[in-house]
Amino acid sequence: MAQVIVVTSGKGGVGKTTSSAAFATGLAQRGKKTVVIDFDVGLRNLDLIMGVERRVVFDIVNVIQGEAKLNQALIRDKRVDGLSILPASQTRDKDALTREGVQGIIEELSKEFDYILCDSPAGIEKGALLALYFADAAVVVTNPEVSSVRDSDRILGVLQSKSKRAEEGKEPVKQHLLLTRYDPARVERGEMLKLDDVLEILAIPLLGVIPESESVLKASNSGNPVILDSDSPAGQAYADAVARFLGEEKPHRFIEAEKKKGFFGRLFGGRAA
Amino acid sequence: MSWLNFFRTRRDEAAAATNANLAKDRLQVIISHERVSRTREDFLPKMQQELVAVVTRYVAVDPEKVQVNLERGADLSTLAIEIELPGPKGKLT
Repeated sequence: MAQVIVVTSGKGGVGKTTSSAAFATGLAQRGKKTVVIDFDVGLRNLDLIMGVERRVVFDIVNVIQGEAKLNQALIRDKRVDGLSILPASQTRDKDALTREGVQGIIEELSKEFDYILCDSPAGIEKGALLALYFADAAVVVTNPEVSSVRDSDRILGVLQSKSKRAEEGKEPVKQHLLLTRYDPARVERGEMLKLDDVLEILAIPLLGVIPESESVLKASNSGNPVILDSDSPAGQAYADAVARFLGEEKPHRFIEAEKKKGFFGRLFGGRAA
Repeated sequence: MSWLNFFRTRRDEAAAATNANLAKDRLQVIISHERVSRTREDFLPKMQQELVAVVTRYVAVDPEKVQVNLERGADLSTLAIEIELPGPKGKLT
């Protein structure tokens, strides 16, 4: 039975799709059969971030409406074994998604995959509600910024009241915080909310901190999920987060500002990557 | 051709290979395809259904075994439709 994970945030532009692409790729790299579904019907973008935009033939709405079989709509990744992408429709509106349709797709995918990642659209309307409805676990993507933290809190409330698990009175959806675009230097200067502040306010377990990193833009430019850039801090931070999700103990990195090097450090230390 | 051109072309080639240019190229291809599809309905689902219907007139095929692979390009796109036909000994389901 596959585990369903929703990647959500409430607010737009905080890194849901970047995180979904990285997380799905990371799970597949670790040998887990993983499918990542774009729920942003009308504004699909996961295909671009995954670099498969030229290969999209059918989408989730075609499958729901019986115009294509699920395995015809799945795009198999050419870089990582066991990774598939189910694109959103670009031309239909979000009412084309139905709960019954999504349920059918998730049930069918459960037979083949270990993990089903649902990349939620922003907001708390139909697409976002359907993306989280069937979730067993949630990765709440948050920026250290007031509006993002508030919207994350809002989406946590929705998870606790409107998910299938909540409606059926089952064990609640397991919540994980993924703090993205974190800049320890700005935190140190008192310009940005601290990790501890965000944790105190949202009060859910921390899955990982992704530092603000140039590699994220480079990754989206080229359509390679940033986790494939294993030299970059963001890529490493995502790999750590995936490991933690799978139960490994990993100390948190990239949460302290890099110390200014002393004379000898500058002389012999080289430049930190 | 002046000797200056030598440096100019070299610089243009270097620019074409940058990461940002890769982004621009990818966007130009996908957006031009999407603009075309905005003006007319996506024919792929219907075409696939019709192709399967034609094939099933001659052989019994499992609709699950029909794969449509598309690769959009700037100058040309390729559409590969792979239909798995049962062999002479194949059992039809």
